[in-house]
Amino acid sequence: MDSLISAASVIAAGLSIGLAAIGPGIGQGQAAGAAVEGIARQPEAENQIRGTLLLSLAFMEALTIYGLVVALSLLFANPFTS
Amino acid sequence: MYPFNLLDTSLLLSGGVEVGAHYYWDIAGISVHGQVFIVMWFVIITLIGVSLLGTSKLERIPRGWQNFMELMFEFSQEISKNQLGESFYRPWVPFISTLFLFILGCNWAGAVIPWKLFELPSGELAAPTNDINTTIALSLLVSIFYFFGGLRKKGLGYFKRYIQPTPILLPINILEDFTKPLSLSFRLFGNVLADELTITVLTILVPLIVPLPIMGLGFFAGSVQALIFSTLAAAYIAEAIE
Repeated sequence: MDSLISAASVIAAGLSIGLAAIGPGIGQGQAAGAAVEGIARQPEAENQIRGTLLLSLAFMEALTIYGLVVALSLLFANPFTS
Repeated sequence: MYPFNLLDTSLLLSGGVEVGAHYYWDIAGISVHGQVFIVMWFVIITLIGVSLLGTSKLERIPRGWQNFMELMFEFSQEISKNQLGESFYRPWVPFISTLFLFILGCNWAGAVIPWKLFELPSGELAAPTNDINTTIALSLLVSIFYFFGGLRKKGLGYFKRYIQPTPILLPINILEDFTKPLSLSFRLFGNVLADELTITVLTILVPLIVPLPIMGLGFFAGSVQALIFSTLAAAYIAEAIE
């Protein structure tokens, strides 16, 4: 019920999702760029490339989702407030 | 002065998003989340119904439901075949395909059906996979099954895996058994919950049309997450029995 704890939790929630989005964003961009290059070079392999790309994108997205889970637990199930 | 309970803030309440509010049932002294069970039973009954429809009148040239079920079967069979290989995949098809179809059904049930029309005393009906208990149960099931697969294939020699390639990696290898279910369950839970929260917040801001593409994205993400969960389950089993 401490206002300091609430303020800190809200800032921490924002930071956790924001910082967790940076790395996967860069990674997803590189993966998608490489996939486009691959398709441009070999259009007949498009289906296989698309499947692999989607799978790996979801893996990278999971990292952001971990940040989201931390943010949500700070907002909705904060262990530091009784 | 500032009570820290974001559930009470007007923004979130008006949209009706209730993270952490549940419809409790007391069954033999154990309190369970009723809203999860209702949707889960709905999904199970739908899956069983479609399977019965597809297999009731088998014909040599498939038509209608049988055709659809064969398509689904071949697709979900491919998941385990790709990971486990041609010679080992057959006994694991039922488990992997069930996981895939159940998670797909749960995600789509949450995304497609307007559960808001049904009123509950507390909590709300949504995808069963946006409750962390469901996803943890599913991922622990995966853990049990890959241990079972490894032990059945190699006997106690399965535990030799922990000191390979060197005994120095023993702590990391043990830690891996805990991080696997953790990441499996958090990935599914976070994705499904994130979709629902995004839709809810957008609906509060702009109630018409704008949330529709995000709903389409949720539909797509739900199927990708089901595919990933079952692919990873098959990959873990493949790692244990190789």
